[in-house]
Amino acid sequence: MVAGYQRIPMNCVLDAEGKVIGKMPEFTRDPDELVRLYRVLVLTRMFDTKAIALQRTGRLGTYASSLGQEAISVGAAAAMQPSDVFVPSFREHGGQLWRGVTLKELFLYWGGDERGNDFVGPREDFPNCAPVGSHVPHAVGVALAFRLRGEKRVSVCVFGDGATSKGDFAEALNMAGVWRVPAVFVVNNNGWAISVPRSKQSAAKTLAQKAIAAGLPGEQVDGNDVIAIREVMERALSRARQGLGPSLIEAVTYRLCDHTTSDDASRYRDDAEVSLHWPAEPLVRLRNFLASTGYWDKQKEEVLLHECSSKVEQAAQEYLATAAQPVSSIFDYVYAEMPPELAEQRAIAVAMAQGAP
Amino acid sequence: MSELSLVQAVNAALKRAMSEDASVVVLGEDVGIDGGVFRATEGLFEVFGGERVLDTPIAEASIAGVSIGLAAQGFRPVAEIQFTGFAYACIDQIINHASRLRTRTRGRLTCPMVLRSPAGGGIQAVEHHSESPEAMFAHIPGVKVVMPSSPARAYGLLLSAIRDPDPVVFLEPTRLYRAARGEVVDDGAGIPLGRCITLRPGRDVTIVSWGAMIKEALDTADQLAANNIDAEVIDVATLKPLDRVTILDSVERTGRLIIVHEAPMTCGFGAEIAACVAGRAITSLLAPVERVTGYDTMMPYLRTEGHYMPSVGAILTAVQRTMAYT
Repeated sequence: MVAGYQRIPMNCVLDAEGKVIGKMPEFTRDPDELVRLYRVLVLTRMFDTKAIALQRTGRLGTYASSLGQEAISVGAAAAMQPSDVFVPSFREHGGQLWRGVTLKELFLYWGGDERGNDFVGPREDFPNCAPVGSHVPHAVGVALAFRLRGEKRVSVCVFGDGATSKGDFAEALNMAGVWRVPAVFVVNNNGWAISVPRSKQSAAKTLAQKAIAAGLPGEQVDGNDVIAIREVMERALSRARQGLGPSLIEAVTYRLCDHTTSDDASRYRDDAEVSLHWPAEPLVRLRNFLASTGYWDKQKEEVLLHECSSKVEQAAQEYLATAAQPVSSIFDYVYAEMPPELAEQRAIAVAMAQGAP
Repeated sequence: MSELSLVQAVNAALKRAMSEDASVVVLGEDVGIDGGVFRATEGLFEVFGGERVLDTPIAEASIAGVSIGLAAQGFRPVAEIQFTGFAYACIDQIINHASRLRTRTRGRLTCPMVLRSPAGGGIQAVEHHSESPEAMFAHIPGVKVVMPSSPARAYGLLLSAIRDPDPVVFLEPTRLYRAARGEVVDDGAGIPLGRCITLRPGRDVTIVSWGAMIKEALDTADQLAANNIDAEVIDVATLKPLDRVTILDSVERTGRLIIVHEAPMTCGFGAEIAACVAGRAITSLLAPVERVTGYDTMMPYLRTEGHYMPSVGAILTAVQRTMAYT
């Protein structure tokens, strides 16, 4: 064995059919806790469907679906404390919902309204990050702030497999390791970075092993197994909270959707490949498990579907009924105090919007 | 009151800010025990400790990125980028995040950080160590850009930059770090950002500059005085947001404008000032606006650096052309 070689563990609890193949963690003893997880997974999937429908009918901007990957951010968020800080990329709708971002805020954001980032719930959470991987250093800064203030809080940063090729990721992980900051880094390895498959993204056997170079523990987890994700996250968060430093978790899943609504994945991957991954998606296995314990039945499922569906519909209607911000809003948050030339430009823009020639 | 060099004034401002406000932290390469390669952070590590004076790994993009995370959490990070040539790695973080965190979140998260870096040439440095990137930063909405030109102004402007609620890029003229000493009153008084500073009043011609070139501008004004030409010298000090009023008032009185900067001419910040004057004071102009700047070339290596730098001679020639214009 090469000196320093470290095996990367792969964590799983449920198999694709919902059969228990690992050790059930403590929190699963309460079936209501599992239903809570299942509920947000369903809500996220329904939000996703609605968002795509709105985009296809010209009522939402370009949207990044989380289809098939819901368990990662939901599991991560479920393991977090409310006072922790979430630093997402752009497919973490489920985790955002768990943490109290509202459906209406999600619709507003993807509908092109900055107010969608003014979360009423998790006030310190970061907004989405489109420039891939550039938010990973922010999570280190947030975690450093916690450490400097002696707070037992943790920042959790999620990003895709493509982001692990970025310098930002390498720099941030390295800094996190040196400073032993309370941060947990989560890779949503969904196999594709738009059209570039995982095999062309890195020659590394796992992405989790990138942690080793930074002196961090790295583990893999079945990204479709929300129980396993939450369990791995709880361990990593607890480590961080105890001052034992950051971790990297690679959640292995599959992007069942296009990259975004602007993408057509059939240009670069076979539908057959996608079909192959459908049976492993995260909702079915948790539902099967819940049913197998006798805690879930068709009636409960229908009640849940109805509840989630009406929530999503209501939020969509509220979003659609929300008027766009006035033109002045594009000037009002550039600086704390508006410089004179910006005030002049603002006055011109306001006058033009009011029909001035 | 004491005589300090510009780098000592920066040091005094950092010390003052850290003493006054526990949320001020300093981070960067070699800023700790070494006190920074230019000694700007000298003694801070000993006084405030490694928790507030953080040596970073060599990772400029993340020095900026980590500062953003700290700032969003209510800290006031002052990040040092060792040389301007290395600051370009931070531009992604500054443009995509620091500058727009307030806008994107409708003011929920803000970014009160300072990115300090030595800037400019004339110190016979190795390549990539003498650039003047102020116009690039000034083009970014949401960012403030400051360039001091004396120890006292470095002290007061840096204090204001650290106390500012928005991200500030603070470019310190390397050539002035130790070149001249000046009186600095370490009383914690800031110099307001967003205001030009008229260093020398004059009737005949306005010379506008910033950073190290203020020395050439003032030397030129001295020589012009011997020829009975009365030059007004304005230190822009804060490039963004630009105090247009002071410049326009001056040009309306003198009718002649010379802009001096070390950075290349094309799309240099002088173009912004010239456009402002053309747009709002063209009828006051008695002669075309002159720009005395670096060339649109790479910053040359040290043996030919002198040919690149705007000189008193070049400024004098421009003034004479302006004065002779009919």
